[in-house]
Amino acid sequence: MTFQPSDTTALVSIRGLSFSRNGRMIFDKIDLDIPRGKITAIMGPSGTGKTTLLKLIGGQLRPDSGSVRVDGTDVHRLGLDDLYALRKRMGMLFQSGALLTDLSVYENVAFPLREHTRLPESMIRSLVLMKLEAVGLRGARDLMPAQLSGGMARRVALARAIVLDPMMIMYDEPFTGQDPISMGVLVQLIHDLNHGLGLTSVVVSHDVHETASIADYVYLISGGKVVGQGTPDEVARSDSPWIRQFMEGLPDGPVHFHYPSKDYASDLLGFAAH
Amino acid sequence: MNSVLKPFQILGESALVSLRKLGRANLFMLHVATGFPGILARPRLLAAQMYSVGVLSVLLILISGLFVGMVLGLQGYYVLTDFGAEESLGVMVAASLVRELGPVVTALLFAGRAGSALTAEIGLMKATEQLSGMEMMAVDPVKRIIAPRFFAGLVSMPLLAAVFSLVGVLGGYFVGVGLLGVDEGAFRSQMQAKIDFDEDIVNGVIKSLVFGAIVTWIAVFEGYDSVPTSEGVSRATTRSVVYAAFAVLGWDFVLTALMFGKD
Amino acid sequence: MHSKTIEIWVGLFVALGLAAMFLLAMKVSNLSEFETGGEGYKIIARFQNVGSLRSRAAVSMGGVRIGRVSSVSFDKSTYEAVVEMRIDGKYDTLPSDTSASILTAGLLGEQYVGLTPGGSEDYLGEGGQIELTQSALVLEEVISRFLFNKAEGDGKSEGKSDGAKGK
Repeated sequence: MTFQPSDTTALVSIRGLSFSRNGRMIFDKIDLDIPRGKITAIMGPSGTGKTTLLKLIGGQLRPDSGSVRVDGTDVHRLGLDDLYALRKRMGMLFQSGALLTDLSVYENVAFPLREHTRLPESMIRSLVLMKLEAVGLRGARDLMPAQLSGGMARRVALARAIVLDPMMIMYDEPFTGQDPISMGVLVQLIHDLNHGLGLTSVVVSHDVHETASIADYVYLISGGKVVGQGTPDEVARSDSPWIRQFMEGLPDGPVHFHYPSKDYASDLLGFAAH
Repeated sequence: MNSVLKPFQILGESALVSLRKLGRANLFMLHVATGFPGILARPRLLAAQMYSVGVLSVLLILISGLFVGMVLGLQGYYVLTDFGAEESLGVMVAASLVRELGPVVTALLFAGRAGSALTAEIGLMKATEQLSGMEMMAVDPVKRIIAPRFFAGLVSMPLLAAVFSLVGVLGGYFVGVGLLGVDEGAFRSQMQAKIDFDEDIVNGVIKSLVFGAIVTWIAVFEGYDSVPTSEGVSRATTRSVVYAAFAVLGWDFVLTALMFGKD
Repeated sequence: MHSKTIEIWVGLFVALGLAAMFLLAMKVSNLSEFETGGEGYKIIARFQNVGSLRSRAAVSMGGVRIGRVSSVSFDKSTYEAVVEMRIDGKYDTLPSDTSASILTAGLLGEQYVGLTPGGSEDYLGEGGQIELTQSALVLEEVISRFLFNKAEGDGKSEGKSDGAKGK
């Protein structure tokens, strides 16, 4: 809402980012821009390190090389205090919700306020109830996380992520394992929150249709590289065989159904050869 | 040649792995210590943890202490009557409890009851991304989650050990004086004459503080360092109890040698 | 929230733990005796041999403990052991010619200082010195003296019997 003239520049810009874990290259010099005020989707098959990318943006992991700039500052050059100050302006929704299991729904949403502010209880109460109302769970405030369904837990986590009014929210696989109704609710919520609160959203997902329906811009990542990008329509119209396979969910194509192995016949006969 | 060197390679590798883990554990401990001022500012966090670490262990400690004391009373009586020295039963029961059994058995019970629970809780929080989530909310999980648990363990252990020793002495008194007919006055006066405040009580408290630090440190570190899967957490819980027991018994020897060695 | 109940329980727990420590200190250990021991007065006795007497050993008169040994040191000019004792303030009428001996409680028990009153009209005060002392009985010395005497005695009786035979 209080956007500077620099609105046109990207909120997050990633340049030449490389990251490897246990000797395995996860990102190989990727470049990525996340525009302000838009919903950017990052899609790719499982195991391509989409969650890792979010952790790199949030400063929880350090890249081998390259830079991640969020709102003009290099995340990995910040000291711990500055990094924490930056994180207060970023929300992240974990796949599992990551609600604190020993606190009620109300206390979970109030948690960031209690940790970072010295607001009076009455103000905390109204802020919490406002955010719970926004995700439609004001009535569930006294439940414990264990009593919530997966979709409800994610909505509570969403309320918690926006309670400090961040500038951006990162969603880690928000649709995985949801029934069609709660998936629809979440799609609607991500869309409404982004436009209603003027947030910048990053959605990491492999649920093609739900993500494409709300995303303004899509990046496709595979094998540590950005293999495609554009608006959902552009990506859908792409003639790259890999993108077609991914977007349409074909079982075989450039990504083979079979895990790399030696020739089937010789493998079967291999035992006899011994 | 290769097969000759293989065992050495395995030995060296596991030594390096252990050293690395020890290094991580020490850095982790420093990090936990920085959370101390935050706890003073929010004593409620400490109180909540002292409830689960301390209060919930009291019943176990009471019952175990009573039985250990009663067994000491019985065993001590049969040995001491051979020397006609059953008046010394009070000294024997109280000295063994205050110096050794109070701190050590409490620490072992504490590792099984509170330590394993801490490891499992923290490991599960890690597995369900609660710790990660906290980091992303700009809250340091080591200060917010680990530090209160560590200091709660540190404070609770000496209190539990004192309860254990006292109940044990009462158990020994009950068996010795109540059931076996040792003279009540002799039991008490000999005990009071021989149990020294500085040498026995204070050293016992120091021991239990050290054990509290060791057991809780191992418990929270194993949880924090666990592989975030259900299998990883259950392994970490087992390790937590086993390592804590080893560490307590080993350190007990060192501390005893330091405290009672010179005379 | 039940945070109130939790706080009450924690409060009870801490109180229980501290009470246990207090009881251990006051009822099980000798701390309570120390308190009163601090108020008394100091007397000194010199012994040729204190055996295994240690500080905080009992000082008793007529079988009743009236004080404690506060330190045992060695005087390098007279080659004697100096035993400093703190006597409870209420026993302030020890005659100045009181004698002290180091005794053992039971056959293998701990050593303590036994005082025997004299007949003097003057009383020992702060820093007073006991002149009449009897050293500790060192078991080895007693045994060796006994064996030596016995050997001597046996030698004599053997000599006698030999003499008798000779007769």
